[in-house]
Formats: sequence, C-alpha cells, structure tokens
Amino acid sequence: MAKQYRNIGEDVWKNKVEKVNAELFIFTYGSLVVQLVKDYEDYQAVNKQLDKLGYNIGVRLIDDVLSRTSLDKCKDMRETAEVISKVGFRMFLNIAPSVSAWSTDSKEFSLILDDNPLNDFCELPPRAVQDGLWYSNVPMVGLQVKVEFVRDVLRGDDVSEIRVRLEKMLDEEVPVGDD
Amino acid sequence: MLEQNVVKQRRDKVSLNAFALLFSEIIQYSQNRVLGIQDLESKLGEVGYRVGMRVFELAMWREKTVHRETRVLNTLVFINTVVWRMLFDKQADSLERSTESDDEYMITDNEPSILKFISVPKEMSSFSPGAFISGVVEAIVECCQCPARVTSHVVPADGMPLRTVILLKFNKDVMEREQRLEAGR
Repeated sequence: MAKQYRNIGEDVWKNKVEKVNAELFIFTYGSLVVQLVKDYEDYQAVNKQLDKLGYNIGVRLIDDVLSRTSLDKCKDMRETAEVISKVGFRMFLNIAPSVSAWSTDSKEFSLILDDNPLNDFCELPPRAVQDGLWYSNVPMVGLQVKVEFVRDVLRGDDVSEIRVRLEKMLDEEVPVGDD
Repeated sequence: MLEQNVVKQRRDKVSLNAFALLFSEIIQYSQNRVLGIQDLESKLGEVGYRVGMRVFELAMWREKTVHRETRVLNTLVFINTVVWRMLFDKQADSLERSTESDDEYMITDNEPSILKFISVPKEMSSFSPGAFISGVVEAIVECCQCPARVTSHVVPADGMPLRTVILLKFNKDVMEREQRLEAGR
C-alpha cells in the first residue's frame, strides 16, 4: 500500500505540478514569520496565527491533491497517514516524512520529518518558541483531528515530529443547496 | 543549524502551488491589517525586502564570478540576470531606461510565475501584487549602495495579463555619484 502511494506521489511531483525555486519559498515563509513576530510580539499568538494560515492552506491543498490524483476516499487512519506523507507532502514540499509511532488503537500516529525545508536558513533566538506550523491536510477525509508539533530540530531535537490524533469521525455532510 | 552548507543549493524545488498558497495567505493576512491599497503594497514590499536581503547575501556567497556591484547599470544587470535566474529560473524579459528621466529604469517580466494564480478584483484594480517583487529589488539595490524608490505596476499586454513592470527611481545622490564617477574616468 505504501509503495503504491509513493508511486502516485512521485508521478504527480514529476509530471503534474509546476515548480518554483525552493529558496524563494523558504525565504518568503521566513519573512512572513518575521512579520508575524513583529505584529504580535507574542510567540503564542504567532503560533496561533500560523496555525490558522496553515489550516487555510491545507484546506486548499486537499482540493489540489484530489484534483491531480484519482485517489479514493481514505478508509482508515492508516491509509490517511500514508496519503498525507507520500502524496501530500511530496506534492507540496517534495519531501516524504515517515509515518510511525502508532498508538495501539490506531488513532494516533506521528509524521517524522528528517528534513523540514522550512527550517533551512533558520535559527531560533533562544527565547523563541517554534511555530505549530502546517496545521494542514486536516479535513481531508472527514476526520476531526488534532495536529501538533511535538519535536523540532530548531529547538534542539534530532528530528521534527508532527503528532496526529483522531478525535472523531465526521459524518458526511451535504453542503446546503447541493443535491 | 548554522553549520548548514549554503554554497550548494540543498533542495531544488517546491511546488508552485505551495508558494501561491503561501503568498495568498500573506496577502490576505496583510489585507486585514491595512487601510488602503498603498498600505497593502508597502506591507508586501516589506515582506519582499527581507527576502531580497537574504537572496543578495546568498548570491554573493555562491556566484564566484560576480562581485558586489556599486554602479547603477551593473547593479541593474545583476538583478536582471543573476537574481532573476536564481528566483524565477529565467532572466527578466527586459531592462530599459526611461525615456522621460535619466534616473528611472524599468525591469519587465512578461509572466511572473509567482503571480500566476492571482486575480485582482475590480475594485482594487490599482493594486499590483508585484509589490512583493519590487520589495526584493529594493533590498538588492540598497545592498549594492544604490538605493532607489521601487514600485511595481501591472501593465497588461496581448496575451500577458500579468505583465509586471518594476520601476526604479534612483536617489539623487546616487545619480550625482554616477556622474562624478563617469567624469573621473
């Protein structure tokens, strides 16, 4: 299963997406974070804002993933995890974090980012708290989940880790005015 | 982190959509915090400025064949070729001197890829999302000791709705210095 998604991700990345210089992206992201820190002067508030921005991006990203692949709806968390790491991240940032540390009830897993491009050229001042960045990909399959950064290279950890926890399944809802 | 090797580019590309979405979030975020279009453009310029500074440092570090330019024309050519190639994988489409005044130059990009998915609503028709790019340019000319006022304008042409002109108006002292240097040759 994992392999199949890896192939899909590779294919989309190679053939179907337009690309832009990674450094431009990284610098721009950095510049945005600086702007937020200047505007809010409070790292917690910055985190919150980044969460919000990431969420907005995530919502659109899902559309993008679905429109460029012929993926079906994910059946369970394991499938979701694979799609996020192998297709979503690959398409977007050209990385594929590994999925690991499943909880026994299969409701919780971690995405390990050995190499987070957003960290390039970046060093945190000692007091700063790293962002809870990329709150993305969430509503992909109608699951309500809690996503958070638990480890980060910039704070001295050896890898960056995103923890994803399933809170509840959402029922399929038909948008108002949609037959 | 500081030990990271920056001479070689570590990673090549991310998807254009990633950038477009990020950029759109930046615009939306800025829009909520400003009063008018000019404000919005200067806010975007600020974001671009910080990008420009870093791009400049990196270009200086990497490109073995260029040195830090201080003359106006050399600086412009440097932006037109090296910087544009670094950021957008191509050269800018033209570099011209304004016919009206000596201190004004224009860099034109027929199809700025990073602005591709942006459509400006009618009521904001004077807004130019290229303000981000002009911020980048402004930082670089400043790093080259040729500070200028940089603005961006959307000038659509046939089949190129997003054609963007970056207009540079160099400060008076820069032009005076140019003249002295020219005379002293």
